[in-house]
Amino acid sequence: MSPSKLDLLQGTLDLMVLKTLTAMGPLHGYGIARRIEQVSGDEVLLNQGTIYASLVRLEQRGWIASNWGVSGNNRKAKFYAITVAGRQQLEEDSLHWKRLTDVMDRVLDLNNEPGDLPDAEGDPA
Amino acid sequence: MTRRLLARVWAFFFRKRRDADLEAELAAHLDFAIEENIERGLSPQEARREALAKIGGMQQAREKHRETRGLMKIDIVMYDLRYTFRTLGRDLGFTIAAVLILALGIGANVAVFSVVNTLLLRPLPFPDSHQLVWIAPPPTKCGLSCATYSTDAYDEFRTGSRSYQDVTGYFAFSTPGNLSLNQNGSIVPATSIDVIANFFQVLGVQPAMGRLLRPEDGLDGAAPVIVLSDAWWRRQFNADPSIVGKTLDINHQQATVVGVLPPSFDFGAVFAPGTKVDAITPLDLYGPPRDWGNIITMIGRTKPGVSLSQAQQDAAAVAPRMCWNNKRPDTCGSYKDGVVPVPLKDYVSGRLRSSLIVLWSAVGMILLIACVNLSNLLLARSTARSKEFAMRAALGASRMRIVGQLLTESFVLSAIGALAGLGLAWFLVYWLAHQGSVALPLLSTLHIDGAALAWTVLIAVVAAVLFGLAPGLRTAAGNLHESLKDTGAGSGQGRRNERFRSVLVVTEVALASVLLVSAGLLLRSFVQVLNVDLGFESTHAAAINAAYDDSVPGDKTGDLTAQKRAVIFQQMIARVEAIPGVQAAGISDYLPLSQNRSWGLPLPKGVTPPKKQIDGPLVYVVTPGFLRAMGTRVRGRDFAWDDGPHGQQVVIINRSYARFLAGLTKWPNNDAVGQTLDNGTPGGLQVIGVADDVHEESTEGDTGWQIYYPQTQAQPSGAQLVVRSTVPPATLANSVLMALRSLNPHQPAAEFRPLQTFVDHANSPRRFFMLMVASFAGLGLLLAAIGIYGVISYTVTRQTQEIGIRMALGATMGRVQRQVLGGTLRLAIIGIALGAAVSLAAAKLISSLLFATSPWDGITYVAVALALLAVAFVAGYLPARRASRIDPMVALRAN
Repeated sequence: MSPSKLDLLQGTLDLMVLKTLTAMGPLHGYGIARRIEQVSGDEVLLNQGTIYASLVRLEQRGWIASNWGVSGNNRKAKFYAITVAGRQQLEEDSLHWKRLTDVMDRVLDLNNEPGDLPDAEGDPA
Repeated sequence: MTRRLLARVWAFFFRKRRDADLEAELAAHLDFAIEENIERGLSPQEARREALAKIGGMQQAREKHRETRGLMKIDIVMYDLRYTFRTLGRDLGFTIAAVLILALGIGANVAVFSVVNTLLLRPLPFPDSHQLVWIAPPPTKCGLSCATYSTDAYDEFRTGSRSYQDVTGYFAFSTPGNLSLNQNGSIVPATSIDVIANFFQVLGVQPAMGRLLRPEDGLDGAAPVIVLSDAWWRRQFNADPSIVGKTLDINHQQATVVGVLPPSFDFGAVFAPGTKVDAITPLDLYGPPRDWGNIITMIGRTKPGVSLSQAQQDAAAVAPRMCWNNKRPDTCGSYKDGVVPVPLKDYVSGRLRSSLIVLWSAVGMILLIACVNLSNLLLARSTARSKEFAMRAALGASRMRIVGQLLTESFVLSAIGALAGLGLAWFLVYWLAHQGSVALPLLSTLHIDGAALAWTVLIAVVAAVLFGLAPGLRTAAGNLHESLKDTGAGSGQGRRNERFRSVLVVTEVALASVLLVSAGLLLRSFVQVLNVDLGFESTHAAAINAAYDDSVPGDKTGDLTAQKRAVIFQQMIARVEAIPGVQAAGISDYLPLSQNRSWGLPLPKGVTPPKKQIDGPLVYVVTPGFLRAMGTRVRGRDFAWDDGPHGQQVVIINRSYARFLAGLTKWPNNDAVGQTLDNGTPGGLQVIGVADDVHEESTEGDTGWQIYYPQTQAQPSGAQLVVRSTVPPATLANSVLMALRSLNPHQPAAEFRPLQTFVDHANSPRRFFMLMVASFAGLGLLLAAIGIYGVISYTVTRQTQEIGIRMALGATMGRVQRQVLGGTLRLAIIGIALGAAVSLAAAKLISSLLFATSPWDGITYVAVALALLAVAFVAGYLPARRASRIDPMVALRAN
């Protein structure tokens, strides 16, 4: 495997799955995995098998629901769809994620511009 | 979160379906990927390879899925359990030894817990039992008469007090065998207690059948009724379901059975430990008992929310108004400071607290020793298995996983041991509950209950952690590569384990020596109690409750009755003394170490009674020859048959009382014999003899004062015929009963009780605790011996090669033996020293249980040390002998 690819942070896969399902509508496991890989521009090191652990976790929490169905090329597959609770969760998690990345950005920028410290303190985030 | 947990549990139980689902999903996934890859132009083979690589391992995907969806921890535990059962089954010898040791430790603990729980922890078996109080004066030396109240006093207390819902009581002077049940012509003796009619209401006892007593049953002249105990109903009436309403011929009266008591209520178990009470009858409170003086023991139930101190203040406020007899105003106030309620529970079992605590500690030490032993066994086992664990670690098992596996084994062993121990405890408890003659309260109600089961689980878990954790951690801490290379001989790990095992042995010996010292001290106390001069000879004598009818119709003065009684008693004694083997016979109404009463305080003529209330001597109404039959020595003369109702009134007093009286007045030589005491009559009471002090209330306590009246001049309350014989008393039982029946056909088949049984009964709690602690000490010694043997023989086995080399280099057999034995004894001595130190420190705990024995008794300590050394020597000798027999050639070739 290429060392330049990013290791997935704990919990980020769940968020990606939820977002993918909101954007694409019901999808099977392979579809979700491929979609994530495509969107990330193959930047993410994704063992496709791990997607199923994420799916079962999300389903047990009631954020997604699953149904056996038939795919476009006439193959039997399990289709996952996001639930209302899942949408709510996605909203919360996205917000949280954005705040976290904002903070990370600013902290990482600090090194380059030490003069910005008072500004950073004034920010409520 | 609960939703997720439920889903996980669901997935745990329906794993097959979930696995099939996952397989289908993964298969679909693979197909999609292969299809896409082929479309991208790869060969089918290449397409499949890349698809699999992308998934990142099918097995990993499955494992991860299972871990996420189900309860992996339980899966692991199930796996560990299966593995444990397999390994334990393979190592059956070890398993059996471990389970046996644990069963002994846990069984003894559960049994003792049941005893402690029943006697000490659990409330009495009555509803709201915390409200029940025992109302009595502070301890006195005049026996039951000073611990009881008169009818008038009871009435005043009941109506005058405010903190009590109700007050009840029972007649304290019932004698065993006071009922003669005439069942189809055969006379069966039985024991009943007369209670005040509200007795069961106050205690909150409900009938098993029929009803219990009602107020009208206690009225003077009420039709006689009787309530049967559950045990008597089963034994005597074959559990007759239609017994209620039937009449019984009891003491020549027709008494109606109104009800049967529940099995949970046993009068004897609560109020008269070690005695059997067959029936309850109503006390005729306002009939003749009104004039009998102090006869009632009082039990009260406080109102809800009333504290003990409030109840005590209330009682103290009522006490001065209580009269011994309302017709005699001078007796009012005689109960001042003599009405003190204490929790009924304290009265019933409060005295046993320290004994029970010692017993509990002893049995706890047994459990510790058992744990130490098991720790040792497990350690030896895990050392032998260290390669197995190293292999598992090398294959990727985490340290926690291996410790978990070892702990699972400990828990399984502990669980099996606990089950076996529970069985053992059940037997022990059953046996204890049927020790009817042990004078411990509530013993007959003993059973394994929910609390005991919970306790079993608790100690099983604690034991498993105690004995499993140390070897588990030791094993897991071992170095992987070392273990794989280590052949067991002389490596660092082996040596470290050995030091740990030595610590275990020292601990074991120390614990055992603490137990042995306690047992030794209790044993010596018991022997001291047996050697107490009781004031009578308990061997070769027995007593029987003799029935007689001395009533003379129209006898106003009682003289004719007394004369008739004298004739009856004289005949009885003559008949019984004519039986071959009988040395002497005599009659008293009460016997020492059973019941007693007092009648006041006769003082020398002319001595003004002291202002301070002094308790009177205990009264015994006896025939001539009684003291001789008892083996009580008398200075002066015994009573004679012609000390008649009209002659000079005479008494015999005991030495302590004589000494007290002599201190009040001036008698020649301070000798009471021949002096006269004032009893309100012109002639007074002439002291004709001074008898030895008799232990009348307990074998261990101080002797009080006693006074003997001749039955011709005082009214006895029964007849206990005492027979002294040259042959064992039991062989005379039949002929004595026949002799009595030949005079009185109504004589019930009363028990012919050796006097020794009275002594044994009095000593039974001490004997009980001594035997319990002694058996635990024995068990501890055995376990310690096994522990020493195990460790030393393990060491010898491990050092086979080393010993072989040394013998090849010229070490003699004796030298090898000496060295092994020396090591053993060194451990034992350290253990004994530690144990002795702990015992010395704990002396305070046990000192309250000792009798005429110092808790620092040197002989006991030396004996225990010698016994332990001897045991250590034997336990070490066997492996030492084996070591010295090692053939150097065989030993060197072995590895």
